[in-house]
Amino acid sequence: MLFRRKKKEIQAEKKDLPDGLWLKCKNCGEILYKTQLEKNLWVCPKCGYHMRITSRDYMSILLDDGKFEEEIAPGLRSGDPLEFPNYKEKLETYRKKTGLDDAALAGVGYLDGKKIVLFLTDFNFMGGSMGSAVGEKFYRAAQKAIELRVPLVALTASGGGARMHEGIISLMQMVKTSLACAELDEARIPYINVLTDPTMAGVMASFASLGDVIIAEPGALLGFTGPRVIKQTIGEELPPGFQRSEFLLEHGMVDGVVHRKELKATLSKILDVLRVPENGEG
Amino acid sequence: MRFLDFERPIYEIEKKIEELKKLTREHPEFAEEIKTLEEQSNRIKVRIYSQLTEWQKVQLARHPDRPHAVDFINGMIDDFVELHGDRHYGDDPAIVGGIGKLEGLRLVVIGQEKGRSTNEKIRRNFGMPHPEGYRKARRLMELAEKFSLPVFTIVDTPGAYPGVGAEERGQSMAIAENLKVMLQLKTPLLTLIIGEGGSGGALGIAVADRVLAMQYSIYSVISPEGCASIIWRDGKLAPKAAEALRLTPEHLQRLGIVDEIIEEPLGGAHRDPETAIKSAKERVLYHLKELVVKDPEEVLRERRERYRRIGYIEEVALSS
Repeated sequence: MLFRRKKKEIQAEKKDLPDGLWLKCKNCGEILYKTQLEKNLWVCPKCGYHMRITSRDYMSILLDDGKFEEEIAPGLRSGDPLEFPNYKEKLETYRKKTGLDDAALAGVGYLDGKKIVLFLTDFNFMGGSMGSAVGEKFYRAAQKAIELRVPLVALTASGGGARMHEGIISLMQMVKTSLACAELDEARIPYINVLTDPTMAGVMASFASLGDVIIAEPGALLGFTGPRVIKQTIGEELPPGFQRSEFLLEHGMVDGVVHRKELKATLSKILDVLRVPENGEG
Repeated sequence: MRFLDFERPIYEIEKKIEELKKLTREHPEFAEEIKTLEEQSNRIKVRIYSQLTEWQKVQLARHPDRPHAVDFINGMIDDFVELHGDRHYGDDPAIVGGIGKLEGLRLVVIGQEKGRSTNEKIRRNFGMPHPEGYRKARRLMELAEKFSLPVFTIVDTPGAYPGVGAEERGQSMAIAENLKVMLQLKTPLLTLIIGEGGSGGALGIAVADRVLAMQYSIYSVISPEGCASIIWRDGKLAPKAAEALRLTPEHLQRLGIVDEIIEEPLGGAHRDPETAIKSAKERVLYHLKELVVKDPEEVLRERRERYRRIGYIEEVALSS
């Protein structure tokens, strides 16, 4: 029953935890020793549940030194094009809370010795939603990959998709990021998506679906419309496992479902074969 | 004719005029009164329509009697031949596509159709497309490029369909692929928003060189109801969200999303669809004529530049 969690059972995610020694898996309820869990990359050793982690956690999992050699567009932030009620304050709150400027990070780094551009969205910053800053950051990350002629790996976690506080401007970031993908394509730069829990709506319906290879972490919620809205619309129970990674695999929408422990090795193998053509354009 | 709450005074006076008109054969003396009432009706319309709130404009954009995509196609396109199916899975009646001529200009037309009668609405899924609809649109866009025809898309949808089958068949992928194709298509694209431009569902056929909007249309990242229920946890605050989202054409033009607003007859397109469609036809033709004489490579380059620029960012000194 991996996919039918009752609301009441959903509790402590990593981010909410005090600095205690123990925590409970929100999927199977197992009490886990924190250092053990950390070693297991925040995957429950008992049930295999992949907990949500931060963009910096993923950097340390994927990059050789756990950090960028060069960060792309640091300090890039969204403006407030609509003067949306309380948006500025909200951005400030999330900046303080996460230490991030907006919901995305990007930089140049090494994965198993292979130079790549890594782009990541962070669920902890307004649900990983995409506004002007995320769209622009992705575009610049893609440009950097084209300029350096190295692959782009984009790891996404975004519950809200396009950020509604920037209204139509957020929607247009779907176009801007898709434009970046078209340019990657034309320059024959390998582009790999890693979809983590959750990747939905405007992010899923743009750059997160346009990779040459699309990999998903186990059990991630992935789709266009959120399950609650679908359930409301059709007025029926949703099939078990609906919109989870394994469901997308079954329907031919992703190339593979890969355990977090295998993620770096899998990407390394893919990047070893899908290399930038030496006599490509660019 | 169905009417919205704020249209009631217009509806009532029009009903009175109609009744009097029926009696004029026997009572010619009513003619004077009818004239007075008609003037009064016009004054009321001007007053009501000059003071519309954003929420009232949303309701107008969704008005059940507004002309739909098929009405625009019938009123604008000669020798229209509808082309069905995505060649993979099925045909989606929520998206109508085909080829035809606009005043002799050969083109491909793709439009989202909500349907009018109850049966028609169900058949067309209230204008909410499935992946096969987007894939049909994509196929037709590629057909257009092959034969150097411009693409004219008509947007009117609450959004892409939120359903199990749509997710199973890759709603996200279908939309994402269309965005990319529209950014690579070496032929002009023009979008006309006639009613509701519902988020990614609208965008899936709306990346264009020119985006025109009817006066009482909307285009938004999320419905006001959805926005209100997420941000303020109360769907009843939709009118507040409608203000905050800046989803009407004037705002969209200021934000650089819409290029031109097409004025509607007094009281909205549903009161005089023929005039509304005629105005749209003129402006669509004007822009398409401008686009088709340009080098398609140049058109594409400008289209890409347009979307490359959209965004409101600040760059602060290193913070972390």
